[in-house]
Amino acid sequence: MDTLAFPRTHYLNAEYGLKSWLLTTDHKRIGLLFLGAISLFFILGGIFAGLIRLELLTPPGDLVSDDTYNKLFTMHGIVMVFMFLIPSIPAVMGNFFVPIMIGARDLAFPRLNLLSWYIFMTGGLFTLYAIVTGGVDTGWTFYTPFSTLSSHSNVMTAAIGIFIIGFSSILTGLNFIVTIHTMRAPGMTWFRMPLFLWAMYATSLINVLATPVLAITIFAVALERALHMGIFDPAYGGDPVLFQHLFWFYSHPAVYIMILPAMGVVSEVIAAFSRKSIFGYKFVAFSSLAIAVFGFLVWGHHMFVAGMSVYGAMIFSVLSFLVAVPSAVKVFNWTATLYKGSISYQTPMLYALGFIGLFTIGGLTGLFLASLGVDVHVTDTYFVVAHFHYIMVGGAIMGYLGGLHYWWPKMTGRMYPDMWGRVAAVVTFLGFNLTFFPQFVLGYMGMPRRYHAYPPEFQALNVLSTAGASIMGIGYLIPAIYLLWSLKYGAIAGNNPWGAKGLEWEIPSPPPTFNFDKTPVVTEPAYAYETREK
Amino acid sequence: MHDDKTASPYEPALKHHFDDLGQQHEAAMLGMWLFLGTELLFFGGLFTAYMLYRVWYPETFGAASRTLDITLGAVNTMVLITSSLTMALAVHAAATDERRKLMAFLAATMVLGAVFLGIKGIEYHHKFVEHHIPGFGFQFEGPAPERANLFFSLYFAMTGLHALHMIIGLGIMTVMLIMAWRGRFSARWHTPIEISGLYWHFVDIVWIFLFPLLYLVDRHR
Amino acid sequence: MEHVIVPRSTYYTIFAVLVVMTGVTTGVAFFDLGLANPVIALSIAVFKASLVVLFFMHLKYRSRLTWVVAGAAVFWLGILLVLILSDYTTRGWAWF
Repeated sequence: MDTLAFPRTHYLNAEYGLKSWLLTTDHKRIGLLFLGAISLFFILGGIFAGLIRLELLTPPGDLVSDDTYNKLFTMHGIVMVFMFLIPSIPAVMGNFFVPIMIGARDLAFPRLNLLSWYIFMTGGLFTLYAIVTGGVDTGWTFYTPFSTLSSHSNVMTAAIGIFIIGFSSILTGLNFIVTIHTMRAPGMTWFRMPLFLWAMYATSLINVLATPVLAITIFAVALERALHMGIFDPAYGGDPVLFQHLFWFYSHPAVYIMILPAMGVVSEVIAAFSRKSIFGYKFVAFSSLAIAVFGFLVWGHHMFVAGMSVYGAMIFSVLSFLVAVPSAVKVFNWTATLYKGSISYQTPMLYALGFIGLFTIGGLTGLFLASLGVDVHVTDTYFVVAHFHYIMVGGAIMGYLGGLHYWWPKMTGRMYPDMWGRVAAVVTFLGFNLTFFPQFVLGYMGMPRRYHAYPPEFQALNVLSTAGASIMGIGYLIPAIYLLWSLKYGAIAGNNPWGAKGLEWEIPSPPPTFNFDKTPVVTEPAYAYETREK
Repeated sequence: MHDDKTASPYEPALKHHFDDLGQQHEAAMLGMWLFLGTELLFFGGLFTAYMLYRVWYPETFGAASRTLDITLGAVNTMVLITSSLTMALAVHAAATDERRKLMAFLAATMVLGAVFLGIKGIEYHHKFVEHHIPGFGFQFEGPAPERANLFFSLYFAMTGLHALHMIIGLGIMTVMLIMAWRGRFSARWHTPIEISGLYWHFVDIVWIFLFPLLYLVDRHR
Repeated sequence: MEHVIVPRSTYYTIFAVLVVMTGVTTGVAFFDLGLANPVIALSIAVFKASLVVLFFMHLKYRSRLTWVVAGAAVFWLGILLVLILSDYTTRGWAWF
């Protein structure tokens, strides 16, 4: 880093050397450690996705064998869900900005925070080991009895890895909740908090309450596989559907672990780039909590055809529609915020707008899947694949990239070329839609997921999808290049390059080690953009 | 190091990022309560499985449960409750600045915890001799032996995880004992003792549910 | 900073109640009371656990936030149990 440009001391140049990073308790450095780790996992998961799309370019299973294909989509799912999406925004931007946005010097438990990174890396290494020594073929869902009795792949190692990673997100969530409760600066009342913090709080709630159930479920699978104990094994009178209940008790709320932080980012970005306070602040704040709570009541909609009772399915179906309400509240309120705003289309804003569009499509198709009759028709088809990729990629990753571009100047002190940023955002958006929109059609026509071959009449749409995936890949490559480039050559960002509101923009970029020279006193609500111009 | 807590006197236990010990105390307590919430749901998965299969297979679960030694189970419950008492008294001793009592009660808690694990070990040994451990030549005479596997799988998963928590608890208590010996605690600052106590009591509570569910179902037959 | 100091006598009282209740639940288990057996056993367990939480863990004396945390954990466990039961209890019901 060019030290001449930064004569003052900040968190990046306060100490040097590998040890100063690996033993740091600075929440900002830990955020960057997570950024490095999950970026590598994102590339890995992306390679698996690329291979899947290549195989599906032609109808016969010609590129890889069926076994290899099973492993590809399993490892794509495991890596992307557990090692990229779940930690993504909370572990990187949450770690970096939760303390700064409430005016604190660090998270409540800095050493626990570092431990969380080491736990994550340990779990990640287990999973990587499972991948390089032959892979896993159960699907990321580890459904029993296949995962416990039949599969000959490295289920144990991967399961141990995910079990361990779970504790990382529990500790991060716990840290955030305690920090937000106990360490807010004077005047930072709950309803003056930026909405990103409300989103992080709701996410942490899910992390803390749902993850342990996944841990115990995976533990039971491991016992069953290693010791032939029978907790889900039908041969002993066990019920494999119980596994699905316990698994989805975590894994449905896990979708909100991915999307809620992105919603928080979008609230920040929309306000900053339309120079308006968020319309209906309290509604948006409470809708985050509502999504976190309702998210726990709907897991059964993953199991409508798994053999659960019709009445149970009806209850879950009705409850599933409930989640649409707080989600819609957010979308409407963002839209209302844009109304008569002085909007500037800089890179973060493009990602945020992309998020709103794609999340809306993903959310609305979710309603199709919550309806019993439609769901029975499209279960395990590409319709489902398209739906959750609209949420996880179109939603969560757009939000992640939006946040990264929004806060990059603060994190590094450097600007990236905004023109390239806008190009990448547009390319990603177009590539994404080209990849996944055809999959809605494919699924509705009956193409099942998780098959490496398909009838020739599906080829045209699959070719479109693969072409889209290539474009999306380029869309992700461009930011990787210019963000790294900006570290050395980017223009100096200054404290507040966007003219945005919030405590993080009142301190230097990059921030000093303890964030604030003096504990700030907050006197105005979040997003006080209108008052400033008067 | 940047420091703006000049208003308050020097506190050796105060970490740099907190304003005062009160804030640090509240954060630690809240953190531990949240962690225990996590723990409750961790055990909750197994309790759910137990509930389901107990309702489905009452006969088998009763027969399998009756092979457990109720005397040892009841004694162990008493041991653990007593250790909770000594733990509560340890926290009390810390809050009233009685260092010797604190150390004595911590030691007593550890001894009782070790006794519990010892008795549990004897029970496990019995089960091993009787071939009641799934995965180790499991055999069961009685109705629907394969379903007894389900009971014993849950029994070992639940009591095993509980025992693991006890072992971790003993480790924590060792650290607390050393810290107390070195005089790290005072009436003003003994938060580590308090949160260790919370953990210990939680482990006790898990056993309070495990005992009736595993040992007492269908005991009257 | 507020530390809760509960008189030692309270701890001894609670301990005595816990010991007695352990005896009661063990004794009752030997009588055939039909469906009441598990109900009594679990009620006593809940009662004992509540005493431990309220007095040994000082929940009785803690802030409302601690109550919310403890309550939330129990509530979420309830969600898990109740919604899973919504499937299993209705498995045998006839289609309409």
